[in-house]
Amino acid sequence: MLTKSEGLQLYRSLLLIRLTEEAIRSHYHLDEMKTPVHLGIGQEAIPVGVCHCLPKNAVTFGTYRNHALYLALTQETDRFFAELFGKETGLGRGKAGSMHLCAPGQGLMATSAVVATTIPLAVGAALAHAYRKESTPVAVFFGDGAMEEGVFWESLNFASLRSLNILFVCEDNGLAIHTGASDRRGFSSAVRSVQGFRCKTASADGSDLSAVIRATERLRAEMAQSKQPGFLHLTYLRFLEHVGINEDFAVGYRDSPSPEERIARDPVARFTAQLLALGCAQGELDEMRTGVEAQVECSLNRARDARLPADEALYEDLLI
Amino acid sequence: MTTARTYRDALAFAAAKEMDADPSVFVFGLDVPDHKRIFGSTKGLVEKFGIDRCFGTPLSEDAMTGVAIGAALSGLRPVHVHIRADFLLLGMNQIANVMSSLRYMSGGSLRLPLVIRAIIGRGWGQGAQHSKSLHGVFGHFPGLKVGLPTSPQDAYSMLRAAIRDENPVILLEHRWLYDIEGPVDENHLPLLEGPVVVRPGNALTVACTSWMTIEALKAAEVLAKHGVELEIVDIRTVAPLDETVVADSVAKTGHCIVADYDWLYSGFSAELAARISHRCFGSLRCPIERIGFAQVPCPTTRPLENLFYPSAVHIIRVAERMLGLPMIDLNHETFYSYEERFKGPF
Repeated sequence: MLTKSEGLQLYRSLLLIRLTEEAIRSHYHLDEMKTPVHLGIGQEAIPVGVCHCLPKNAVTFGTYRNHALYLALTQETDRFFAELFGKETGLGRGKAGSMHLCAPGQGLMATSAVVATTIPLAVGAALAHAYRKESTPVAVFFGDGAMEEGVFWESLNFASLRSLNILFVCEDNGLAIHTGASDRRGFSSAVRSVQGFRCKTASADGSDLSAVIRATERLRAEMAQSKQPGFLHLTYLRFLEHVGINEDFAVGYRDSPSPEERIARDPVARFTAQLLALGCAQGELDEMRTGVEAQVECSLNRARDARLPADEALYEDLLI
Repeated sequence: MTTARTYRDALAFAAAKEMDADPSVFVFGLDVPDHKRIFGSTKGLVEKFGIDRCFGTPLSEDAMTGVAIGAALSGLRPVHVHIRADFLLLGMNQIANVMSSLRYMSGGSLRLPLVIRAIIGRGWGQGAQHSKSLHGVFGHFPGLKVGLPTSPQDAYSMLRAAIRDENPVILLEHRWLYDIEGPVDENHLPLLEGPVVVRPGNALTVACTSWMTIEALKAAEVLAKHGVELEIVDIRTVAPLDETVVADSVAKTGHCIVADYDWLYSGFSAELAARISHRCFGSLRCPIERIGFAQVPCPTTRPLENLFYPSAVHIIRVAERMLGLPMIDLNHETFYSYEERFKGPF
């Protein structure tokens, strides 16, 4: 059970992700952020919940839909927005953009614009920890489409073979760009497909932060007890188009959610209700929102004012 | 200390030296610790350093390449070994999309000190999928270093340098070089070495990669009997490329053949020929010639395979044409063939 102060901290994290993504949506038309954005509205509870259960020294890997993971880990928006603006002060000096965010100092080792690509990297990090006899856990986040890539199964096999301390987190929104699960999957259950390996599994409603935390804690305990990797299957609703800032329910490749479903699949709305039930006051939450809005606004302005990389930067950072 | 060693022993010796010096170095890949030990090139490692530092893997080249990257990001120095370079194509997403560009995309905050060793097969029917060299393909991607050690000393020094390098390095080792014996100075520890003159001459420069260096040395030996001295340059490191040694040589000889162990089309030979044409335009007395594989997949049957690969004979004939010499009678010369270099089956 979460305490009130833990709950407020988690709420701030959810809110930071939501308001950051909304800020991108409202500023994107100005063409200052010239980078393809894969926004995480609907996805927030997954990285917030999973990272809440990991120790501070954990190492994570992600995908091109990485904003929520980065923000959950760091709570930082200055270097984040600077990167989206292509500025010298950005996380990758403007060479990464939205799809390749990386913050090794804060536990986000790498992300990739090619589906499933960071999964074996995470296994390699887990192998390195085992090699040095360290207990540092690794978590790798990927979409359900990654399970159609061969490298997912190769990586799962090796992690299971070597009993590595790695948590595979499948963020299942049922979509690969615009193709639904039923047009892609020759298996009926992601979790059951993984259960043939020496790997613990769990699943939960990824829109419900408390459920994500409970499932992650339970799975991590089983992993520790069995010395096996874990596979965590979390479902969520991708509220927006695959890439870009718009809703696209109207174009017809998927059903539009009902008003009830919109609330049920909204991690911020779900968790707000839980916090109010826990005894938090609406005023407290509103005050927090004002603070987060100010942080995002301030970072946007700093990013806008920051310097673009100098010409010399083109050939820098390649070889040592 | 200098000792006579075979190429395969030099590789195993170099790996053992680095593993001794640095506990973060480990060697892995399919069959690395089995009884054959990658044609002897990982001999002794599992006995000395244990199965944690010298281990086999599942048949998962894609994931294992990613594992090497992830381990390198985490501060280790992996050496990932493949018995054929062709198998690296299964790991191409990791090599071309990640290994080459991750440091750049991170704005310099990540380092990937890792080595891939892969063997180029030839002869005894290796055919289209056991014979590629791929150095031109890998060298094409910025952010990778690509080397082809030729001598036992190169095998030793370049592997040690590659393991110590802070960047990803791919080393491609020709199977026929494994039995070559030569002096290995264990204290010769340069950075990853670039082009070197392996035989001085004044008539014509032959810039070579890998096995073509051996063929060119044979051609030089034959032509020397007729008073023609070829200058042979072994490129050794194709990426990043410093062609200065070749340019200096061509400035002296005025003639240049690029003998590459690869196809010519869109290959490394085109890159080098273009650079030398540009740098040595005023010194060249005739156009640069390129020698390489026939532009077909490598055939299995012997007569067609003989036509597929370039040899010392090709180098001699092209040199004669470029220098306006009469054709030498080669009937009494012995040239390399796989019967004497490699008796199969693999």
